[in-house]
Amino acid sequence: MDVPADHNPSRREMLAAAAAVTVATSMATTPAEAKAPIAPSLHTGKVSFSVNGKPRTLTLDTRTTLLDALREHLDLTGTKKGCDHGQCGACTVLVDGVRINSCLTLAVMHDGDTITTIEGLGTPDKLHPMQAAFVRHDGYQCGYCTPGQICSAVAVLDEIKRGIPSHVSASLTAPPKATNMEMRERMSGNICRCGAYSNIAEAMAEVAGEAA
Amino acid sequence: MKAFSYERAASPTAAAKAAKAPGARFIAGGTNLLDLMKLQIETPTHLIDVNGLGFDKVEATPDGGLRIGALVRNTELAADMRVRRDYAVLSRALLAGASGQLRNKATTAGNLLQRTRCPYFYDTNQACNKRSPGSGCAAIGGFSRQLGVVGTSDACIATHPSDMAVAMRVLDANIETIRADGTTRKIAIADFYRLPDDTPQLENTLERGELITAVTLPRPVGGTHIYHKVRDRASYAFALVSVAAVIGKDGSGRVAIGGVAPRPWRVEAAEAAMPKGAKAVASDLLAGARPTADNRFKLTLVERTLAGVMAEAKA
Repeated sequence: MDVPADHNPSRREMLAAAAAVTVATSMATTPAEAKAPIAPSLHTGKVSFSVNGKPRTLTLDTRTTLLDALREHLDLTGTKKGCDHGQCGACTVLVDGVRINSCLTLAVMHDGDTITTIEGLGTPDKLHPMQAAFVRHDGYQCGYCTPGQICSAVAVLDEIKRGIPSHVSASLTAPPKATNMEMRERMSGNICRCGAYSNIAEAMAEVAGEAA
Repeated sequence: MKAFSYERAASPTAAAKAAKAPGARFIAGGTNLLDLMKLQIETPTHLIDVNGLGFDKVEATPDGGLRIGALVRNTELAADMRVRRDYAVLSRALLAGASGQLRNKATTAGNLLQRTRCPYFYDTNQACNKRSPGSGCAAIGGFSRQLGVVGTSDACIATHPSDMAVAMRVLDANIETIRADGTTRKIAIADFYRLPDDTPQLENTLERGELITAVTLPRPVGGTHIYHKVRDRASYAFALVSVAAVIGKDGSGRVAIGGVAPRPWRVEAAEAAMPKGAKAVASDLLAGARPTADNRFKLTLVERTLAGVMAEAKA
């Protein structure tokens, strides 16, 4: 780009320029793609699953992750895309009651499954106890990781209740307890760059206490 | 991600047959494969979903051991009461790996077959003989703090990243498979992983299309079971060094180490030195080691971690 040396583009200008490039690129590639000898039926798959209590059936490009199916095809944008590589936990959802990274699984692999996202845990009028506890304890700052944190936190308390041990459990055979150390270890797959960890652990402790 | 076709396997033999086609890959948990596909390090053209094949149980074997289905998730295996009681080193290794979400999805067979986390394998702009045979190794002479010190070659210094496999190596696990013609076989974990030599792209002794159906453990080994993992964070990080050990009251026992080699590293001859202490064992275990300036510290770390584990067993 030919710009004067003293030109200091604003963030808005940069974004606008980037958007223009994107449009130009996709316009240039569309005809080529249309000509390519693709057999769409080979690379698509049909999947039926229950999402937050509603039956859903989708025909998707096989590459579509569960995360993208939820966000882009079902408009459930509560589940967030952070790293898209299973490292940050922002995309955590419950599948058949078990927490997983929705970015590291293909939607077509979930035929017949029951999926619960943050939108299915509670509603603004009727918060899930974990959502209410996060609000009370200020368990977030920017909020981007929060849906994943809450889904993970709900599942962690269930895992403790089911007696699943963790790396910090002193005994492998005694039932684990919902201690602060246990919460911190079990939540290590959910990153919060604002650093709300201590308040998240307190919110979880409150819910664990109520449940006990 | 490159486009691929997808099928749900109807039977183990059908899966193995389908997997003989060029470009075909099995998928189970998907936690490693999909990550690599997004980066176009893995570019399968056909995926065979084996999740419906039913290898999802942990069962007692007639000889007093355990047979772990290939599809048993890492969380379930770590939480199985028989494993917690009789093979504690395996539970501890599993719980030291990955995150809760990943362990819920990752399978026993997938854990064994996961690829290295060498940063040069992951960066497709870098030379890597494992990803692109013959291209060279940017890790040698690069940033190699995390990488291997023993069993490595001039072509590759990547490590095998699994914790579970280190515990299975110390427990003398066997890997059961089925091939496209329906024949089955058992591979001792000691013979399962290849060393890189000049073909680091070949990581194990499976044939094309061969499907892992189970991992069997011999009857429990008495003694104190310990898995100690040293890493840069307290949780959710790969090992710099890990030690899996089963140690008897008299100080004898067996030991394997992780984070240092292209496969779970065990030298049976080194175990004879266990009553003599960690220094003697580490020196035998790491005989022939070729550390880099960045990862030479691992030699000391192995000895000290071993010393800690042996002291813990004594206490």
